[in-house]
Amino acid sequence: MLLNPARRPNSEVIACPGCDLLQRLPPVPPGGRARCPRCGEVLASSPRDPFDRPLALSLAAAITLVVANTTPLMSLSAVGRHADTTILGGALMMWTQGQPLTAALVAFCTALAPAAYLALMCTVLIAVRRPLAPAWVGQLLRLAEHSHAWSLPEVMLLGILVALVKIADLATVEAGIGLYSTGTLLVLLAALAVSFDPRATWARIAWAAEIDPQRSPGPSAQPPDGTPSP
Amino acid sequence: MTAHSVPAARQGLASCATCGLLSRAASKNEPGFCPRCGSELHLRHPNAIQHTWALVVAAAVCFIPANALPVMVTNALGSTTPDTILGGVVFLYESGSWPLALIVLVASFMIPLGKLIALVWLLIAIQRGVHGGESQRMRLHRMVRLVGPWSMLDVFVATFTVALVQLSPLMSVEPGLGVLFFASVVVLTMVAAESLDPRLLWDQSEVESSRA
Repeated sequence: MLLNPARRPNSEVIACPGCDLLQRLPPVPPGGRARCPRCGEVLASSPRDPFDRPLALSLAAAITLVVANTTPLMSLSAVGRHADTTILGGALMMWTQGQPLTAALVAFCTALAPAAYLALMCTVLIAVRRPLAPAWVGQLLRLAEHSHAWSLPEVMLLGILVALVKIADLATVEAGIGLYSTGTLLVLLAALAVSFDPRATWARIAWAAEIDPQRSPGPSAQPPDGTPSP
Repeated sequence: MTAHSVPAARQGLASCATCGLLSRAASKNEPGFCPRCGSELHLRHPNAIQHTWALVVAAAVCFIPANALPVMVTNALGSTTPDTILGGVVFLYESGSWPLALIVLVASFMIPLGKLIALVWLLIAIQRGVHGGESQRMRLHRMVRLVGPWSMLDVFVATFTVALVQLSPLMSVEPGLGVLFFASVVVLTMVAAESLDPRLLWDQSEVESSRA
């Protein structure tokens, strides 16, 4: 179990995820970023406060997400009639109007994926406060990264704004609390993405191979020692 | 060739796609599992070219009905008006909000089309082993991944218009079949961009520089 904290040497050999260039990662100063010299991919960043700040931001974002999903996004009034909608209400209407697949996609990208992402991030960030976190935390972090890729609240917000302008000609539309909460959510999510350091987080999670040797079968994959000579 | 221009794969080293840990692969075809996070290791995404081609062709097929079929159908006082994506752009332009018309035109028509062309271009460049310009192709690949989700815009516009404008019998909006095809184009191109391993863009230059 001594392995993990010790495996955070000053310079680490990594392969660029963009172009597979083998290189030594120099120590990144706080607030700095390291890029691949060949393809320019960001290899590492070093936020100043990599555990407390993202946790605070994900908790705040989770609360904002609940508000954004439970309050009306916008309301419409025309000739004495009044209608309003929430995020999931929009998806539900799509479902009842004969587009269940599109409805499921909309619900997934606007509510389920962000909710899963924030719930997983809160769990991971609480778990890594006390190193070493068990290996299942790594599985959660993996799921969090997948759900992050499909969480599109920023696109949804622009979509709502375009819809507002389109409808504005026909009726009086008013932005609701849900719309402002979604705007706040975007700011919190962007701050979370910047303040989170996946490398530092992975370094605080126990290795799967130590707990469950089954996962690295036969001739097991081994971390390389030092620089491999060409 | 200096030590720092070596691709990891040629050293038998695999970088974990999940946690970034570099491991010695058990074998070239079955590198095994990452000892840290337990994910399956791959030197390159398996069958990346075939998968990406399949997804690009599927997206290109869906792109035609996505633009030909209406995304929304407006029922107002007994008359029914179908609305395609490009029709919506024209509507926004004529109603005076040309900045929004431009956003919708770019996000809903030009980005999906541009993404398809860019992915085909990258695939051909990889398969033909084009030398030089790797950095530009890398930038293109990065851009395709970055702008991908924004083409979902029209799906959200349709959803929230449909959700709000339900004032029957006066006026109501129903979603059209086009929105399903349109969403398929966006999802298929997003998955295609992810399945195209960017490291393949650099492998050809490696082979060439090692020969030189």
